[in-house]
Amino acid sequence: MIIAEQKPLAEIAGYIENCKKVLFVGCGGCVTVCLSGGEKETEILASAMRIKRRLEGKPLETVTYTATRQCDPEYIDGLENMVKEADCVVSLACGVGPQYIAERYPDKYVVPAMNTTFVGGSKQHGVWEERCGLCGECILQKTGGICPIIRCSKSILNGPCGGSQYGKCEISKDLDCAWQLIYDRMVALGQLDRLKEVLPPKDWTKSRDGGPRKMTREDVMIG
Amino acid sequence: MKSGGSKLEQILESGQLAVTAEIGPPKHSSPEAIGHHAHMLKDYVDATNITDNQTAVVRMSSIGAGVHVLQNGIEPIVQMTCRDRNRIAIQSDLLGAYGLGMRNLLCLSGDHQTFGNHPTSKNVYDVDSMQLIQLVRRMRDEKLFFCGEAIKDHEPRFFVGAVANPFADPFEYRVDRLEKKIEAGAEFIQTQCIYDMERFSRFMEMCVARGLHERAYILAGVTPLKGWRGAKYLQSNVSGMIVPEEIVQRLKNAEEPKAEGVNICIEQIKYIKDNIKGVSGFHIMAIAWEEVVPEIVQRSGLYPRPKIS
Repeated sequence: MIIAEQKPLAEIAGYIENCKKVLFVGCGGCVTVCLSGGEKETEILASAMRIKRRLEGKPLETVTYTATRQCDPEYIDGLENMVKEADCVVSLACGVGPQYIAERYPDKYVVPAMNTTFVGGSKQHGVWEERCGLCGECILQKTGGICPIIRCSKSILNGPCGGSQYGKCEISKDLDCAWQLIYDRMVALGQLDRLKEVLPPKDWTKSRDGGPRKMTREDVMIG
Repeated sequence: MKSGGSKLEQILESGQLAVTAEIGPPKHSSPEAIGHHAHMLKDYVDATNITDNQTAVVRMSSIGAGVHVLQNGIEPIVQMTCRDRNRIAIQSDLLGAYGLGMRNLLCLSGDHQTFGNHPTSKNVYDVDSMQLIQLVRRMRDEKLFFCGEAIKDHEPRFFVGAVANPFADPFEYRVDRLEKKIEAGAEFIQTQCIYDMERFSRFMEMCVARGLHERAYILAGVTPLKGWRGAKYLQSNVSGMIVPEEIVQRLKNAEEPKAEGVNICIEQIKYIKDNIKGVSGFHIMAIAWEEVVPEIVQRSGLYPRPKIS
């Protein structure tokens, strides 16, 4: 899932300081699962903003709504009446949400409440870890199921580098060296030989370097 | 003079029209062709740009080629793009370039690598062209690395340039963006090749109305065309270029297209000199046709070049 965390309250408050009525839109997708932008967090954020503004003597009217997903235009369409009445829309989705809302409602000021941080999973309740670099061409079959693109700080394809020691990365003692993990895993699989291959440079056009990506599947298109 | 001895800066400061050209480094390590071009151009231009892996094709580095240009008697304008270096490499290269005698720097974003011969490479764009201008000025004027740490001594003192494209969109915003580059610290500006004179006139009118021509030296970019096919190619395949159909037709109908291309270029320079306010000089980009520059300079009345001691 996409992991996102809420921006500091003061920052969000700053973006909407000149607004009288604000629509807060949560998202029922990834940010609900990672406990940062679902229905509950949307209500809490709106109420925090109301309290702050009341204390400042500039009361704020809020409307809250949680869309099934903000990454599907059909769920954004449903906001129309609420958007119309608000001075500003605060989206609690990942970066896709504010963009889809802004695209659908071109004359409305749209503000992100979140910093979209990474694609990962929940290691345990309350702990999320990055696991995918969205590089566009997966090589996990070659690296024991551990991604060197996103888990190695240098994205080295033929590691580990000389900074790996005691299983940790040179940039932090709290960070596992991805290539130590890959090595251990290949040993356990009895496939250490496979690491003898020099992995070639990646085709970065498949990642963000080739420009914004788009996927089209004609077999599922309607109309 | 704010730089550490840029001849280009001195000529522009003196109020005389400056002339710059462009030398594209080779796709090998021999300095022979660069030396030849530099030698040929040295009496006709005040400085030459040295492109930085233009169109994202690997070539000799702009700083390396700049050394050969300098040794052959021309002042280089080192082009530096943001495509291939992060802020560490950029600052390190700036120290190196200044130490090798470079005094002018042109800050650009750089063509995207998908155009070049390594289309699957990563791009960097750690800083953009606007931030690069700030970075170079911070090193020079505040004696600080970009991070804020002091440069204790021998800070690089470049004359800082940037580019502007009056033919890209949104048109009016191009003037705002140019102003932003000047605010960031650009002291001279070279424009994209001008073929659409009407649009360039409007662009310059807006610049003059805001006084941008008094805050930075604007050099009009011109490129002689060798034939109608090249013109047609620029017209339809190069993003951010406008080539009026009239120019394509003129080249098509010409008995000697190359000579006609030179004529057109000279007419453009003369027209700009006589009719467009706010232009401080010319940037003649004779792409892979450096040998034609002396004739253009001579016939457009830009010769002889001023002598700076």
